[in-house]
Amino acid sequence: MARIGVFVCHCGTNIAGVVDVARVAKYAESLPGVRASIDYKYMCSDPGQNTVIEAIKKYNLDRIVVSACSPRMHEGTFRKTMERAGLNPYLMEMANIREHVSWVHSDDKELATQKAMKVMEMAVAKVRRSEALSKMYASIEKRALVIGGGIAGIQAAIDIAAAGYKVVLVEKEPSIGGRMAQLDKTFPTLDCSACILTPKMVAVAQDPNITLMTYAEVVEVCGYVGQFDVKIKQKAKSVNSKCIGCGVCITKCPNKKSLSEFNEKLAPRKAIYTPFPQAVPNVPVIDRENCTFFKTGKCKICEKVCPTGAIEYSQQDEIIKEKFGAVVVATGFNIYDHSNYGEYGYGEIKDVITSLQFERLLNSSGPTDGHVVRPSDHKEVKNVVFIQCVGSRDEAKHRPYCSRVCCMYTAKQAMLLKDHYPETQSYVFYIDIRSAGKNYEEFVQRAQNDYGVVYLRGRVSKIFERGEKLIVKGADTLSGAQVEVEADMVVLANGLEPRSHAKELAQLFHMSYDQYGFYNELHPKLAPVETAISGVYVAGCCISPKDIPDTVAQASATAAKVCALFAKEKMEVEPLIAAVNPLTCSGCETCYNVCPYSAIEMEDKEVKRGDVRHVAKVIESVCKGCGACVGSCYCKAVDLKGFSDRQVMNQIEAATQELSTKDKLQSTI
Amino acid sequence: MKYELQLKNIKEGFRKDVERLSKQKISNCYQCGKCSAGCPVAYAMEYPPSMAMRMIQLGMHDRLMSANTSWFCVSCETCTTRCPREIDIAKVMDTLKIMAQAGKYKVSDNEVPIFDWIFLKSIELTGKIYEIGMIGAYNMLSLNPFKDVFPMGVKMILKGKISFIPHLIYNPLEMIKNIMMFRKIRKKDRERIYEKNV
Repeated sequence: MARIGVFVCHCGTNIAGVVDVARVAKYAESLPGVRASIDYKYMCSDPGQNTVIEAIKKYNLDRIVVSACSPRMHEGTFRKTMERAGLNPYLMEMANIREHVSWVHSDDKELATQKAMKVMEMAVAKVRRSEALSKMYASIEKRALVIGGGIAGIQAAIDIAAAGYKVVLVEKEPSIGGRMAQLDKTFPTLDCSACILTPKMVAVAQDPNITLMTYAEVVEVCGYVGQFDVKIKQKAKSVNSKCIGCGVCITKCPNKKSLSEFNEKLAPRKAIYTPFPQAVPNVPVIDRENCTFFKTGKCKICEKVCPTGAIEYSQQDEIIKEKFGAVVVATGFNIYDHSNYGEYGYGEIKDVITSLQFERLLNSSGPTDGHVVRPSDHKEVKNVVFIQCVGSRDEAKHRPYCSRVCCMYTAKQAMLLKDHYPETQSYVFYIDIRSAGKNYEEFVQRAQNDYGVVYLRGRVSKIFERGEKLIVKGADTLSGAQVEVEADMVVLANGLEPRSHAKELAQLFHMSYDQYGFYNELHPKLAPVETAISGVYVAGCCISPKDIPDTVAQASATAAKVCALFAKEKMEVEPLIAAVNPLTCSGCETCYNVCPYSAIEMEDKEVKRGDVRHVAKVIESVCKGCGACVGSCYCKAVDLKGFSDRQVMNQIEAATQELSTKDKLQSTI
Repeated sequence: MKYELQLKNIKEGFRKDVERLSKQKISNCYQCGKCSAGCPVAYAMEYPPSMAMRMIQLGMHDRLMSANTSWFCVSCETCTTRCPREIDIAKVMDTLKIMAQAGKYKVSDNEVPIFDWIFLKSIELTGKIYEIGMIGAYNMLSLNPFKDVFPMGVKMILKGKISFIPHLIYNPLEMIKNIMMFRKIRKKDRERIYEKNV
């Protein structure tokens, strides 16, 4: 007969405020096999755990039930307590009477108490059939995959490589650099963005530990922490490794019909191109959709002019299989597409531009060589209106969140404009200024006081064209007046949203994401760069909008996590996996087909002497314990350790029985 | 000007009344001012729409109900269309008008209800707008008998733009019958709207 101990936690008033814990503990005593039942204020505290250990010794218990919070919270804690008490940690069950009872049933204390008893009784029923399991270990492939070559991915790759581990950096575009490479200057110090980014890009290219894969995408992922099998599609660049980056092909290419993505479609680009002059790697790619040769079969000018014979039209997309121990996802952001805003011209007024376009106009290597001119007629501007919160803080457009950086970059852009053209005047329409950060508020104040930017508190209602000018109809809610500004150009501070393929990538890794497509971190405060999938870490704007300092900090944090994982020789894994009983297995291969992790293999095994059968076998290091095989097995030959049929049936029995009469009497009194 | 905030008008009272009658969540308003920016008549209002929303949030019924804001609203619904917090501001303005009629909250400016009453009476009796009768009655009741009479009124009479004899519709009796019927059917509804809810 099992000797079970039940420990009921008050969790301060979290549980005890709703559930009558003393009654739950008393009820536990009436259950068969329970030798001790104790309630305590904080079971997870040091004295609480000591109470458990003392009770185990005093009553000679061999298994326990902790009625407290979710196993996600403290299962690990109490397993360690079991070890300290000299028991097998898998002979412990958590009964969740906080999240499942007290927090959700605070309106009816009597029923909540009864439910708490039931939940506890089920755990007792289950633990009665628990078996001692031993820990398992898995090896770790000490190579990291970094997805996304923006500043977050670059920083993470550099930091992991600095620790001596191999890194593969995968970037979708032909060059790394990401959004930061598009920016002109950075707030609040007005550092030149490219000047601080390009040394890092070069460091990535030169680091022997980092393998750079540009123009590539992750297409398939299987496996788990320590052993991710990843398929990467290397898109055909049509330029091979002989390229020396001289750029003759780009100059001579006659096709300039397509628009430059890097310059936010403000300028044309060739069909063979590098996104920008400082690109890393400085190897051009051929955009096959627009290349004259790939469309008509004639041209081949780039092949003729190439001095090293690097052009290779016959290149094909290639799938590369790699094994990684950990993955850092840093896919970054897109800016909100304002074509939804009818009142701002549906994105069809040429001189209403996005903030990133304005950033390119300001940049001296941009499409206009740093001249801020109207895209419609290339005239220089005098009055510029900046509108904040476009696609941010707007429930009607399904973007209720604040994009965090727009207040700051708008102030920066207004200041830079004044620096470039002292005779211009900027107007900023804002709702609230959010400038939390070191030297951020001072920066915005400087824009208002030293640069004479006129800040008007109110959202703009309408932009329309009158002659050459744009009329901006807004309000200043502080004075209560309607305001009309005649502008030459309007810059919208578009909010940030996840990259368009962020969701598909998340699905490859089974990561969770919110309704906008931002990845969910494991815990918003205490595990900000981990995800629910162990071994997959996230950094930067793919989690939520953030500025460069925060992004870099997160990237380094992911690197620290990856290095901590790689520093171990072997990794502890839960033994809660499936096991096949070869004696009852019929070899039907159903489990083999349903297993989502390919953790089942079929083998011919001598189950008894002289009896060789075709049976299933679980590959222990691959099984994740999902239980799909258990449900599919016709002959009940597969069982899940820690969740065996006997345990679960016991639980169901306990759940469906009435509460014992003894307690019913109590509750009526 | 100092205003003494009253918690009962913030927590329940005025704000709750407006929210219940208009079925809009006024507390959603975060004062971006987009409604005031696009409003075609805000220049003439004592308080622009965004400020009216704030006054509802703070329960300043005495100021708001006495202001011309809701009466000047032309229900073009520009504010409603563009509100990022999805408040139907035009409907809130309508609700304020209904509440002014119902009389629970004090309204100092009471000429607009007079105008509304005379307008409906004119429709009831003649089926159309009987201009001179309406102007006369309105001037008398609003205690301003010579408003707009000289020289505009005289000029218009001389030019034959308005006449002393009302233009009737083909069957004025039918109109009276319809209005009587409407009153009978709607009596319960009106009671519900004006008395029980407000």
